[in-house]
Amino acid sequence: MTQVGGASVVIIGGGVTGLSAGWWLARAGVDVLVLEKGVVGWEASGRNGGGATHVYSPFGLEEQRLWPQMDELLGYPTEYQPYRIRVALSETQLALYRRNAEIAAERGFKTDLLDAKQLRELVPILGDNAVGGFHMHFGGHANPQRTVQAYAWALQDRGGRIYQHTTVTGVNTTGDRVTSVETTRGTFGADLVVIAAGPQTGLFAAMVGAYLPLAPARVEMIITEPLPPMFRGGVDGNGVYGRQTLRGNLAYGGGPHEWIDVTDMATPEQPSTPLVRNLARRVAELFPGAAHLRVIRGWAGIVENTPDGVPVVDRLASPSNVVIATMSSVGFGLSPAVGKGISELVVHGRCLFADLGALRLSRFADAPPDWRERLGWIPGLARTRDGGLLARTVP
Amino acid sequence: MRDHPMESTVERGVDPKSIAGKAPGVERRVPLVVVGAGAAGVAAATEAARAGVDVLLLDENPIDPDMMAMDVPLHFGQRMSPSVRNRALMVERVVEANPALAEAYEAGVDVQLGTSVWGAFRNGPTVRELEGPILGLSSEERSWLVGYHRLVVAAGVRDLGMAFAGWEKAGTAGANGAHSLMTRYRALASRRMVVLGSGTVGLRTAALALERGVEVAGVVEVSPEARGDETIRRALEGQGVRFYTAHTVREARGGTGEVEAIVLVRLHGHLTPIGGTETEIACDTVCLAIGLVPNVELLSLLGCRLRFRSELGGFVPEIDDRMGTSVPDVFVAGDCAGFHDGMITDARVARDQGRLAGIAAAESLGAIPGGRAEALRTELGHPSGSGPREVHSHWQRWLQSLINAGGWDVYTCQCEEVTRRELVDVQPPRYLGRQSERMRARTLGALLKEGPINPDQVKRLTRAGMGPCQGRRCREQVALLLASEANTPIGEMPLASYRPPVRPLPLNVLWPHDEPEETREQWVSWFGIPTQFGPQWTQTAAAHEPTTPPGGQPPFTLDK
Repeated sequence: MTQVGGASVVIIGGGVTGLSAGWWLARAGVDVLVLEKGVVGWEASGRNGGGATHVYSPFGLEEQRLWPQMDELLGYPTEYQPYRIRVALSETQLALYRRNAEIAAERGFKTDLLDAKQLRELVPILGDNAVGGFHMHFGGHANPQRTVQAYAWALQDRGGRIYQHTTVTGVNTTGDRVTSVETTRGTFGADLVVIAAGPQTGLFAAMVGAYLPLAPARVEMIITEPLPPMFRGGVDGNGVYGRQTLRGNLAYGGGPHEWIDVTDMATPEQPSTPLVRNLARRVAELFPGAAHLRVIRGWAGIVENTPDGVPVVDRLASPSNVVIATMSSVGFGLSPAVGKGISELVVHGRCLFADLGALRLSRFADAPPDWRERLGWIPGLARTRDGGLLARTVP
Repeated sequence: MRDHPMESTVERGVDPKSIAGKAPGVERRVPLVVVGAGAAGVAAATEAARAGVDVLLLDENPIDPDMMAMDVPLHFGQRMSPSVRNRALMVERVVEANPALAEAYEAGVDVQLGTSVWGAFRNGPTVRELEGPILGLSSEERSWLVGYHRLVVAAGVRDLGMAFAGWEKAGTAGANGAHSLMTRYRALASRRMVVLGSGTVGLRTAALALERGVEVAGVVEVSPEARGDETIRRALEGQGVRFYTAHTVREARGGTGEVEAIVLVRLHGHLTPIGGTETEIACDTVCLAIGLVPNVELLSLLGCRLRFRSELGGFVPEIDDRMGTSVPDVFVAGDCAGFHDGMITDARVARDQGRLAGIAAAESLGAIPGGRAEALRTELGHPSGSGPREVHSHWQRWLQSLINAGGWDVYTCQCEEVTRRELVDVQPPRYLGRQSERMRARTLGALLKEGPINPDQVKRLTRAGMGPCQGRRCREQVALLLASEANTPIGEMPLASYRPPVRPLPLNVLWPHDEPEETREQWVSWFGIPTQFGPQWTQTAAAHEPTTPPGGQPPFTLDK
């Protein structure tokens, strides 16, 4: 195809990571173009729990610093709300949440351990089945749908461009450098390419000769009718993550994921499954005072994980002008900071505000080709040999 | 219990936190499930049962009164009499009102009333673990799962919503909701009704209301002439019903949140109101009888190919001459396969479609020999009724007249209180407070510059259609408004998505009492990868994170 244009930085993927990176770059005056195969933020970026409480990450401090400013920085509402309460209904859960609190403490964030009575004083719809919980004086949550759109608009306001409905089909390299990106809308020249394509990030990495082991999976959430706002919207626990939205709905997810295959750039269907019932149970257990609330929707999304569940945010050694970013299924909340980090990898060759050593791609250099099988992350037990569906006929 | 062909080839362990091996169990797997016990559904069930098929026939009537109060699944408009809370009485009435049910019983059909179908699940590219296609069912008390080999969806139609100022007051109902209350439940709490729409649906609603002792204070029609059958119209006029043609609604009035009157206004030819022609009519019920919309939510969840066909009421399933959809084990029958006036005027159409679907399902299950099935089909012909005609331009005229008379600051979406103006300006909800200039500039026009219109995107941004009625009252209006504003033909507007549960069910009803212990033991909020949420802020911190979290499961090992 003919060269139809280009940009200093071409970002493959209009999810929350790519959009935030594009926005930070545009803020820095960089000519940036985001290529998105569908609609911005349409996949897992726009359908997740909205949590913004990831202080274990190298981006965690910056995440905490940036979120309270995001509405103002972007110029569009994100529905960000601060703080989080995590409630345990068993000693096992309490131990798990305690570990999170310890990690937060190492990073300098304050968490109070509360008993059931103290929890109920803060959140009256909790029951007497809580064994304890943690009130985090940090973290929070936002509305993913509104936030991804806010990034996209803010990016455009700063002179960046977004091409939706544009699928990347190839990457052209000359010597040690990527020179252009092939798409269904023509070829776009680029001085530097950022690959932030969620579950498809590994496919694009392969196009530039990099091996990024990723396994996609489908996960689900449910949402109830609204109820009056709680004192703190970000109350979760009992094995579900989520929040009360600013509108008042309870939106929660969790539970078993389904490992799948993503073999091309097409967007797979994302149906919900009967898991909505198991989620409903856990939300009802968590909030006995709200067990009568009606579930009005469920949804599913496709996320990707690396073998250790830790992101890869790295500038490749070769080709020398490529940045790769997968957040390993936890990208929304960290996005303000990750986008900033990526913009620094682009502009300065390294992240200035955080040590990204733990997120390097090189840690997977020796991952065996059958790593998914070894971990048991295998899709489709119900799949027949020929890849068809298990359709049974009447005996 | 599991006997799939891959099992023996799986040698390594599977991720214990994944869904593998935890596929939900069904209470039973039935050769044929029929959803909806209207004329079409009963006929399908009876036909298949007579051929020797085990059939489960589901119908959600009598409907949970709390759901009725949410205008789900029909627009009941708070005009249920208190007797709908008497469940035993309602079961009795629902059975009495449906004599064909008795035939189904006699043919051996397992009939379950008061049972909603809230979900339809099947394997696909990203769902591989189900043991076959599954329906999610519920009563007022609990939910459960039933598998099927063949499915006939005969889910009927729901009411087309059309907003005017005050339509959120108790007393604005839909024609099908009112019809259901008058016939199935004998529980319509209306005394004086104004009917909007003079087509077949409107006229028949008015006639039925009179028959049931409801005073009909007027029939309103946006067109210059009444539209439906002249004989019925004359009969109505003979009983003193006044027709307000070339009129539309300015507002519904009422001081207590109840409809107490409706204000009509006469229209010029080009649908603009003529000043000073307002007429106020006292009434306790305004019945929206402008159009009916096929219920395709289950078909959408199942992945049946849907196509917009205005003459059949909007998005309807693509079907073959045996009432089969694009999904081989799913058939349709009756109004949900496509609605037009002929479906009302000739009751045989729905019934014969049901018989065809029942025959095809039974044949595909091997219960009817091909030759016999073919003979039955020849006998039935291809029932489609007569007279389908395009409806959306008429709906669009109604909407335009209501905008002209009532303005843009009227709630299109009652649940989320989104006005027409907020919808087409794609503005965020008012609880977010006053927006910046930049935000206010992000209107539909701005969005259209970025790509083709996407109703789900507008829904996310405005919240229109995201409330407890699950978009039932606003879905079509939203599509019409967006199409009109975007200069897009209504037929090219994509269908906004449906997501389960397609009935708003309480958390404690959905609660799975059949949940396997393993699901409980292995439940994690997110993947359960031991290193995922450990310290990562330096390489050193990451290396020191224990691989097994306290109380967690042993990690999987990457034995490289």
